[in-house]
Amino acid sequence: MPEKHDNLETAPAENPLEAHLPTRTMSINMGPSHPASHGTVRFNIELDGETIVRVDPEIGFLHRGFEKSCENVTWTQCLPYTDRLNYVSALCNNFGFLTAVEKLAGIEIPERAKYIRTIGAELHRICDHLTCTGAMGMELGGFAPFLLAIEARELVWDRTTELTGARVTTSFGRIGGVERDLPEGWVEKVKATLRKVEEFRRDIDTLLTHNRLFIDRTRDTGVMSAEDAVDFGFTGPMLRASGVDYDVRKAHPYWVYDRVDFHVPVGTRGDNFDRYYVRMQEIEQSIRIILQCFEQMEPGPTIIDDWRFVLPPKPHVYSTIEGVIGHFKLIMEGIKIPKGEVYSYTESPNGELGWYLVSDGSGRPYKVHCRAPGIQLVSGLEHMVKGSLLPDLIPTFDAINMIGGEVEQ
Amino acid sequence: MSQDFQAITTRREEAQGFFERMISRGLGWARKYSLFTYPYATACCGMEYMSVSGARYDISRFGAEFPRFSPRQADLLMVIGTINLKQAPILKRVYEQMAEPKWVVAFGVCASSGGFYDNYAVLQGIDRIIPVDVYIPGCPPRPEQVLDALILLQEKIAAQNHKLVDHRPPAPEAVRPAGRDLVTGAMK
Amino acid sequence: MSVAALQRVADRFPEAVVQGYTLHGDETLVIAREHLLEVARFCKEDPELDLKLPLSVTCVDYIDEKPRFELVYTLYSITKKHRLRLKVRVPEEDPEVASTISVWRGMDWWERYCWDMYGIRFSGRGPMRRLWLYEEFEGHPLRKDYPLRGRQPLLPEADVQDIYRGPGPGPGSPPASRSNPPRPSQLPIVK
Repeated sequence: MPEKHDNLETAPAENPLEAHLPTRTMSINMGPSHPASHGTVRFNIELDGETIVRVDPEIGFLHRGFEKSCENVTWTQCLPYTDRLNYVSALCNNFGFLTAVEKLAGIEIPERAKYIRTIGAELHRICDHLTCTGAMGMELGGFAPFLLAIEARELVWDRTTELTGARVTTSFGRIGGVERDLPEGWVEKVKATLRKVEEFRRDIDTLLTHNRLFIDRTRDTGVMSAEDAVDFGFTGPMLRASGVDYDVRKAHPYWVYDRVDFHVPVGTRGDNFDRYYVRMQEIEQSIRIILQCFEQMEPGPTIIDDWRFVLPPKPHVYSTIEGVIGHFKLIMEGIKIPKGEVYSYTESPNGELGWYLVSDGSGRPYKVHCRAPGIQLVSGLEHMVKGSLLPDLIPTFDAINMIGGEVEQ
Repeated sequence: MSQDFQAITTRREEAQGFFERMISRGLGWARKYSLFTYPYATACCGMEYMSVSGARYDISRFGAEFPRFSPRQADLLMVIGTINLKQAPILKRVYEQMAEPKWVVAFGVCASSGGFYDNYAVLQGIDRIIPVDVYIPGCPPRPEQVLDALILLQEKIAAQNHKLVDHRPPAPEAVRPAGRDLVTGAMK
Repeated sequence: MSVAALQRVADRFPEAVVQGYTLHGDETLVIAREHLLEVARFCKEDPELDLKLPLSVTCVDYIDEKPRFELVYTLYSITKKHRLRLKVRVPEEDPEVASTISVWRGMDWWERYCWDMYGIRFSGRGPMRRLWLYEEFEGHPLRKDYPLRGRQPLLPEADVQDIYRGPGPGPGSPPASRSNPPRPSQLPIVK
């Protein structure tokens, strides 16, 4: 096990031959275009030999002006921008944003819409965890888990394509519910897909969980204690792996999470292996949630009937004057959300995704702030890898699952 | 699917003799079926790139399997995702570090034209700083579209004039300083 | 969400609290700028409040009001399961407030974001560094008077003609404001 050198000058020296040589630290730059930096983070690392003395992640290489763009478009037009925040699990972002707007407007969405949102969010949670564990396997040397994870993700994306129309950036859901109901026969197809996804998950599990190499790289690397994790503002699987049992779905249930039965896996040691394993268990739990939702769902409306927030049905738009005017006002001026501010939160695969919205009563947002879980996770990176070897940076950064879109908005 | 473009030319330096043409076609064939991509992945399109290199939409059957994360070893720069103004100098540097022959594919609308991010932070298309061979529209493009673009690129490579020893100067840079006012964005 | 938490802070720091209210189920306390650090420390260390999880700091630019900026701190307690929002008004002439990274280390990058996007300085933590933008960038883009398309390129760019503009006011037009709201779906052809 590598020793952690906190103070390099006073290493013990029995004889002059073993005295510590005066050396300088080496600064290297793990640049923004690097396979293991998920594309867009620059690490300014100071190394002593191979031990990390200081690491400073520099972000901003994917800053796309999300907040400013949202201030210049209507509330519904913000939806594609929210997709591209956490692009591996776009539905979670979409529904999180819509939940926040509905909280601000004081709208209660129909039951079926809540079930559809839960199903969509859990499907994309499976996708996100698969991508993370697959990438973690790949960057530690195993290409096979990555291919299995990508294939499993493709199967889930086939189903979400049938539901939403797009593979990655779905822009599904509207203020007031979801605009489309489940396609015919979709439920049976999803059940078959989830059986295959479970097989793939078991394959990845077999390849990685008891793998000597994987365990050596991830056990006791990137350790974060529970107290420090809370102080840094960690949420989600990173926090749960450190032993703190906080899941927004259990602590403050929203949609239908109080009606379905699922466990929240909590780790013990706060190292990278726990983070990986928490994610693998969460995939299993997500599958459970989706199957229970299918059993509990009842037919019904999927969007509210209030023309102040929802587009009128097309027969009305084409035949009645109220329909035309309602449609016109919603498209040209935007949905008039009443003046106020709100903070709303959902559990995205990376942690608590918070939305702080300020509305000034017009059809456009005044402020849309996305509390991305990834920002605080990456800021805690230095605390996690300081004093360990350079290769320990890789599984730690993988386990953080930094998604450039949300960290840099 | 590949068509042979026998360009009719009257310029002496572009004329090819029989053996030169044979060599050019041979080199073109070799180069197009063994592309080493540098996946310059930044954003959501990276997910579709993962799918394209995955087992279902296999890009390795087109010969472009191995990503080479060093610009010295790669010949196809795939710019995947949004390039913003902070990332632009790095992209240009990576492009300049690549050795000839090299090709550039703009993957996704953000790389082609800035996408719907027309704001203070995003470069409106990588063709403002480096020359691009194939543009793939889509947000993100479907993997089939990416493979179609790859085939298009392969046809383009096959039609180019490849020489055993090439004394051409490197590809021209796509720069003429734009006359835009920095604060308001209006043309000067 | 608990009103008792609001009441507890208000009782302990009566001079710091300007206003406290509940809106859409969120408890909010508006406090004076000078007392931010002690209120923050109390929120974290008091066993009844136990607001140990820092969620975020953000800033809202009320350009038509004075003081102009409003910093919004969101805090959460895992043990007590309640949230609290602290708001601090910061004027435009002196946009400086005490840094809370000595209380919660997680506020570090959010404070850098406030500096980067709005120009709010946080004292007690050394020189402010930008988070998302490059150091050569001048200005603070999320302020309401910064134009949406105010690009500051680092490299000379080729003269590619744009024929389609994305949403928002076009180049050369005045920035959007309350009195001049931008029209949706503008598709002007740029010459």
